[in-house]
Amino acid sequence: MGDCHGCSGATITLKAPSEPKVRKHIVAMVGPPNSGKSTLFNRLTGLRQKVANFPGVTVEHRVGRAKLPRPTPGLHGDVYLVDLPGVYSMAPRSEDEQVTHDVLAGEMKGIPKPDAVLLILDSTNLGRHLVLAAPILNLGLPTLVILNMADDLHARGGEVDPAALALQLGAPVALVSATRGDGVDKVFQFMAGSAAGSPAMKKPLMELPVLNNIPHCRQWATNVGNKTGYQAPAAPLWTRRLDGIFLHPVIGPLIFLGVVVAVFQTIFSGAQPLMNGVSAFIQVSGNWMTALLPDSALRSLLIGGVWKGVGAVVVFLPQILLLFLFIGILEDSGYLARAALIADRTMAKFGLQGKSFIPLLSAYACAVPAIMATRTIENKRDRIATILIAPFMTCSARLPVYTLVIAAFIPERHLIGGLLGTQAAAMLGLYVLGFLAAIGTARLLKSTVLRTNRTPFMLEMPPYRWPTMRSLGLRMYDRSKVFLRRAGTVILGVAIVIWVLANLPLHEGKAPLIADSLAGTIGHTVEPVIRPLGFNWKIGIGLITSLAAREVIVGTLGTIYGIDETTQSEGLQQALHNDLSPGGAIALLIFFAFAMQCMSTIAVVRRETGGWKWPAIQFTYMSVLAWLGAFAANHVVQAFWH
Amino acid sequence: MQLSFKKKLRRTGWDLYSRAVTLAELREGQQGVLDRLDVPEDVARRLMELGFLPGHIVTRGRSAPGGDPRIFRVDGSEVALRGETAAHLILRLEPPSC
Repeated sequence: MGDCHGCSGATITLKAPSEPKVRKHIVAMVGPPNSGKSTLFNRLTGLRQKVANFPGVTVEHRVGRAKLPRPTPGLHGDVYLVDLPGVYSMAPRSEDEQVTHDVLAGEMKGIPKPDAVLLILDSTNLGRHLVLAAPILNLGLPTLVILNMADDLHARGGEVDPAALALQLGAPVALVSATRGDGVDKVFQFMAGSAAGSPAMKKPLMELPVLNNIPHCRQWATNVGNKTGYQAPAAPLWTRRLDGIFLHPVIGPLIFLGVVVAVFQTIFSGAQPLMNGVSAFIQVSGNWMTALLPDSALRSLLIGGVWKGVGAVVVFLPQILLLFLFIGILEDSGYLARAALIADRTMAKFGLQGKSFIPLLSAYACAVPAIMATRTIENKRDRIATILIAPFMTCSARLPVYTLVIAAFIPERHLIGGLLGTQAAAMLGLYVLGFLAAIGTARLLKSTVLRTNRTPFMLEMPPYRWPTMRSLGLRMYDRSKVFLRRAGTVILGVAIVIWVLANLPLHEGKAPLIADSLAGTIGHTVEPVIRPLGFNWKIGIGLITSLAAREVIVGTLGTIYGIDETTQSEGLQQALHNDLSPGGAIALLIFFAFAMQCMSTIAVVRRETGGWKWPAIQFTYMSVLAWLGAFAANHVVQAFWH
Repeated sequence: MQLSFKKKLRRTGWDLYSRAVTLAELREGQQGVLDRLDVPEDVARRLMELGFLPGHIVTRGRSAPGGDPRIFRVDGSEVALRGETAAHLILRLEPPSC
């Protein structure tokens, strides 16, 4: 790679490959939190990956493929990029650091030792970020030091000389802006060079410091900065100004509340036209297919079973996309860190520490990544407490259930001068209920089995940034893929099984009434247990199938009401409205707020806690709470209804 | 890295440190030079990774609406700490006039 001008000074020599390589070329990406590592990963791979302006979000390592612009001798296929968790040091203390350490040392199962390293540092805060360069360079792997956020550095009047820095460190240095794509070609050049043969690392001019001694490492970083004429940028003025508003004693909490209300109102009413559109499409296309196909068991399976079952769930795609759009904007802009700051006092009262806040917030999307994100919590007991309460946060899979029942039973009225509708308010209430259950459980756990000393709260406040359309778009694309894949596999499968169970045993060669079918028998068997909650046997079938995933109940009910002749002509919402008492409807909402109806969550808790003990306790606790809550709700509503 | 500042404290006696000012006492906009971290070693390590190193200038920024946690500007970044943690980060006796 003689033409590697971009790599600023460091000549990368090409070693003739002695034999044709067939193994994958693996490049690891390392950097402190908030260095823009995930953004660069997206840039290089085009693969979906969560980007956040928030410490500790990238917990699992992600693997992606980068396509080099030009074919490279010795390389078969693409370069495999491994995105490691954000770390400040290589001392393996938290599980994040352990993962990073293990991968780079080649001790991680399933990932061979990387062939090269991309070290991503924030150029606007080089003094502190360079501290990580010492242990990484000490590994002796071919390393490209990437100074990210170059646009921000220059805008705020900072200066850095990549060539001088490369000389001091003995490694190539590239100045990059991952959000704008400037300088990314240099990263590709480096990867092509490392794939073609090992680029020789030079001896650094500045001797590396004693590792594990932070003041010493920091002094070394200052010296390197001074020798290379690094000019730190001016303070981020806009961030200060915005903090003046968002953290204002009066305006700050008002904005916090305003943001929450706006999100709920938009998710509920903003998504409605889109959802009506999807719903109408499914209805019309279903009728159209019915007219086209001959009357047979196959038609009943396709239309009544599959189309109505899967369609009932797919309707909620616009709503889930809107939710993820909002979470994305809050995370990427840096507001989420301020929200964590505002919420910390409340969290502390329930014995939770600040670091628990990040996983709990992402549990609003889905409990599975949230539980994996608890790996940033060093304290074992704090971590288990956070894992145990995460499924109480209202995940996006509850959204279809809530929306369906609320729309069917709660009449829309305007509250607070039209700012908030009753339906959105009911939804907000369910979110609050889940949150209260979570912190109540946390308090119970932290004052009994999981008692610990208070762990200090330390949270870096990233500067505010504009979320990019690219990152938000990738996030939503990724989500719809996950959602539709589930609709196409689990929900499709359940819909077919339910259809078969609802049509057997054959009665004089014809399908039985649904109440007499196998599905009906199963529903009737569980009915005594759920009757006190105000549920009938149809809901019973839904509760059983929703053990796989919460939104499955919507698909199941869609299938059941779609097959049943008395409700066939009605929409799911209308059918449910006629079939369920108001008490049962509210009880159903409460049940779903508390119950742990999710196979994936149970599996991930088992994996993260290393055994069946905690998931078993958690499932029992949440199911009992759900039953009791639903029982109470049913009886209270009944008492007031008459 | 040993951070047994408590030992040093015992040797020199309390008198010298009786007027010690901590980060918790800084008001918005005030600054001081960090002298030592009177916290367990693992916590000290985390704080130092975030920039709270002896000798660094720490400036008190805004706080959350309730007054706590509060933001400190140190070593080019802004980090939020609760008052209970800040009370264990001790400043040098004569901070530079600002």
